[in-house]
Amino acid sequence: MTPQSRPAAPAPALEVQSLSVAYGKVPALRDISLRVEAGSIVTVIGPNGAGKTTLLGAIAGLLPSRGGIRCLGASAAPWSVEQRVARGLVLVPEKRELFTSMSVADNLQLGAFARRRDRGARTTLAEVYARFPQLAERRDQLAGTLSGGERQMLALGRALMARPSLLLLDEPSLGLAPLIVRKIFSIVGELRQAGVAVLLVEQNARAALQLADYGYVLETGECALEGPASELASNPRVVASYLGRAGRPAA
Amino acid sequence: MDLSIAALLAQDGVTNGAIYALLALALVLVFTVTRVIWVPAGEFVAYGTLTLAGLQLGKPPGTVGLLVGLAIVAGAVEAVATLRRREYARLPLRLALWVGVPVLIAALVWWAAPRQFPLAVQVVLTVAAVTAMGPLQYRIVFQPIADASVLVLLIVSVAVHLALTGLGLWFFGAEGSRTPAFSSASLQWGELTFSAQSLLVVLTSIVLIAALRLFFGKTLYGKALRATAVNRVGARLVGISPGLAGSLTFALAALLCAFSGVLIGPITTVYYDSGFLVSLKGFVGAIIGGLVSYPLAAAGAVLVGLLESYSSFWASAFKEVIVFTLIIPVLLWRSLTTRHHDEDA
Ligand SMILES: Nc1ncnc2c1ncn2[C@@H]1O[C@H](COP(=O)(O)OP(=O)(O)O)[C@@H](O)[C@H]1O
Ligand SMILES: [Mg+2]
Repeated sequence: MTPQSRPAAPAPALEVQSLSVAYGKVPALRDISLRVEAGSIVTVIGPNGAGKTTLLGAIAGLLPSRGGIRCLGASAAPWSVEQRVARGLVLVPEKRELFTSMSVADNLQLGAFARRRDRGARTTLAEVYARFPQLAERRDQLAGTLSGGERQMLALGRALMARPSLLLLDEPSLGLAPLIVRKIFSIVGELRQAGVAVLLVEQNARAALQLADYGYVLETGECALEGPASELASNPRVVASYLGRAGRPAA
Repeated sequence: MDLSIAALLAQDGVTNGAIYALLALALVLVFTVTRVIWVPAGEFVAYGTLTLAGLQLGKPPGTVGLLVGLAIVAGAVEAVATLRRREYARLPLRLALWVGVPVLIAALVWWAAPRQFPLAVQVVLTVAAVTAMGPLQYRIVFQPIADASVLVLLIVSVAVHLALTGLGLWFFGAEGSRTPAFSSASLQWGELTFSAQSLLVVLTSIVLIAALRLFFGKTLYGKALRATAVNRVGARLVGISPGLAGSLTFALAALLCAFSGVLIGPITTVYYDSGFLVSLKGFVGAIIGGLVSYPLAAAGAVLVGLLESYSSFWASAFKEVIVFTLIIPVLLWRSLTTRHHDEDA
């Protein structure tokens, strides 16, 4: 807390301390701790049902949890989902949760709802359209009529409209063709360059570990392994369980 | 029945239908955004008529006391919630919003009552007072149970209806009120005669519906309400708080009810408990739109008005029976043509 120590150790974008989540009496996550440094990509990999979506839901405030969640040095515990969004903690959920009967442009405009009092939304919109030219082409089309890849771009674009400092991505590659997955992942890499911290949940472990700086392996609600992404990618256990097959078949 | 009678009945039907349409839209709005089937809509209609009637007689309407009472309860609820979340710094602003604003409106109505301002001013005061009650009711009753199932919300809604009817009797008394017509002029067009009163009612409804459409289509807050109706989780993830959406929704719905009350005042005598039957007709219209479609709900409400008008000519004793029996074939048709989906999907 001394003034000298502050520049030496900037607060991590996200710090989760022994987080536990249960659905009723059934525990889904036990004692998870993880850190995302500012401007880095951290990935959480693991099989279906390991609790990855639950983890992101708890961090975003959608699910009640025990344990600590600190965002840029401040405890997020008292904040509602909306207050977390306003502070730059933004989730792109597994189900996308788009406003299907509204236009692409309206979806994006609403993405900036949390910062409706600042004037920068127009510039951000131009940036998002520049990043996703397909969305610009389809701006007047209803979100429900988009293809899977475009939906994921819209979900990502909508989240970027909130100018996140920490982006939570839940399986952005789910159900997408390899070409689009590559495009999404390259955009996530660009976001890191722009200073956005990313917590990336993936079943596509190969791609995720290639991109990320650090990784965690989640198995049945517990953290089984952690380490720098390159080390995890060569860890025999990870190779056997997650990298053995040449990628997952597209769902 | 000759043409002129038919035309007269049609005019009556469309006039009433325009009023029911406002109610139908309010019910669709409340249901789609908050999942509440808003049974007490009728009480807000009655409060609208009775408030305007009080102002026209030059005595402070019961609305004043009711508004202050609701504001105090809502303020207490908000204070407890704020202190529990330890957001001490926000308490003054929230109290100003939840208690200060409604009490200010109540004071204005109380002050204006004996001064016999022109009708337009009285209408504005009436609408302001009744509109303010919408968010208060939401804050006290529906916000704390916002995540409950549709069935629980409906049961609570019925309870609120009963409570507000009782409060209506307490604050407004048992006598009915009828406000004078806005205009007694009539227009001749060939064989047909239109009363300016009817035209005014229909025109007001059309203007309100157009304004609502503009609000939902063009403004950020209008889009935020639509977004909440389409996808509750998605709305929270972009930072639209359910509390904000709910308060705004109930303010709009109460505003529509207040206008219905003002418009229906010269047509029929309104008692503290008359609103329920009126809102039930709006409800039949809303059901025709499946409680989700605005245009179908409005059209359904006009249909209800016409049916009521013609059945009062042919079988006046069965007027209400015929109108409410309409709901059975409509429900059958709806259940056959729409597919069901989970309420929280
Ligand atoms: N809404 C829910 N109610 C009860 N159990 C749930 C719910 N959502 C997930 N679960 C359970 O929690 C565990 C973790 O699920 P999830 O977080 O979705 O895993 P992942 O995203 O890693 O596939 C699973 O066993 C799942 O069955
Ligand atoms: Mg998942």
